[in-house]
Amino acid sequence: MSRLMPPLGSRNHTVGPDEAPVTLVEYGDFECPHCGRAYPIVKSVQRSLGDELRFAYRHFPLVKVHPHAEHAAEIAEAAGQHSKFWPMHDLLFQNQTALEDEALIAYAETLDIDPVWAARALAQGLFGDKVREDFASGVRSGVNGTPTFFINGVRYDGSWDAASLLEALVVAAQ
Amino acid sequence: MVLPAGTTAPDFTLNKSPDATLSLSELRGHPVILAFYPADWSPVCGDELALFNEVLPEFQRYDAQLLGISVDGVWCHKAYAKARNLEFPLLADFEPKGEVSRNYGAYRTKEGFSERALFVLDVKGVIRWSHLSPIMVNPGADGILAALEQLSQPAGAGAS
Repeated sequence: MSRLMPPLGSRNHTVGPDEAPVTLVEYGDFECPHCGRAYPIVKSVQRSLGDELRFAYRHFPLVKVHPHAEHAAEIAEAAGQHSKFWPMHDLLFQNQTALEDEALIAYAETLDIDPVWAARALAQGLFGDKVREDFASGVRSGVNGTPTFFINGVRYDGSWDAASLLEALVVAAQ
Repeated sequence: MVLPAGTTAPDFTLNKSPDATLSLSELRGHPVILAFYPADWSPVCGDELALFNEVLPEFQRYDAQLLGISVDGVWCHKAYAKARNLEFPLLADFEPKGEVSRNYGAYRTKEGFSERALFVLDVKGVIRWSHLSPIMVNPGADGILAALEQLSQPAGAGAS
């Protein structure tokens, strides 16, 4: 059975209380169409479960097939440095077909992040190590495609349509 | 049953391109990962080979060589590797069909294609880890990496 390694820590981006009875972790790629489909589904289970759920996102960019995925992940981390990880995460999934560098920098600007700094962060790969750490942790954890979900630390191999995912989370919370 | 750990990996020579072959014995001295899989052209994002392609740098940290093996022919492999930007060889277990897969216990006679099976070989060509997945389940790369990590431990390297 594949388990999340390492467990969530302070370096991870989470929404919801740390003591929530169920934790959902997604390994995702901002350019992956399946992750795009999962985005509103995750939002819906977050709404359904409220404070019962903690959600975390780790990067798993498939760079050989998605040319913009690496920089998209890096701009999310750059935004995270300004406490704007989640707004950027949402913008990226809502604009999956516009992920060129200029677009990413424009999204940063809409979140009041200095676009010159954002451009430099991408050009110099300031957040590349963070993204690679997430990727390596995903490989160790048995991520087998994107999105891959972990529920309370165990890889979830079931269907992730809204009803199935919600049911699995409710069961895990009990 | 797939060949278990401790077995010497049967040697083979298969086409890796329309005009070149590769023998397993040529890779002696490197850990080798054999990934048998049912067929080229399965869906993209959740695909096993696409995942391994992304994970290649992690495998290379252990000096390991990854080989994909299926019964598809060389031209099919060539088109598939190009379409998916695969950066490791795909070997054609094409004639006699599935013979190498059979030798590893990784052939489905009824369907006529390879199992989804993984083998990690040490530098001497001995199988140190093997794994059979249900045909529809992408096994991920964690088992391979754990096996490679174990191979790289100095313990048991021959100091008796």
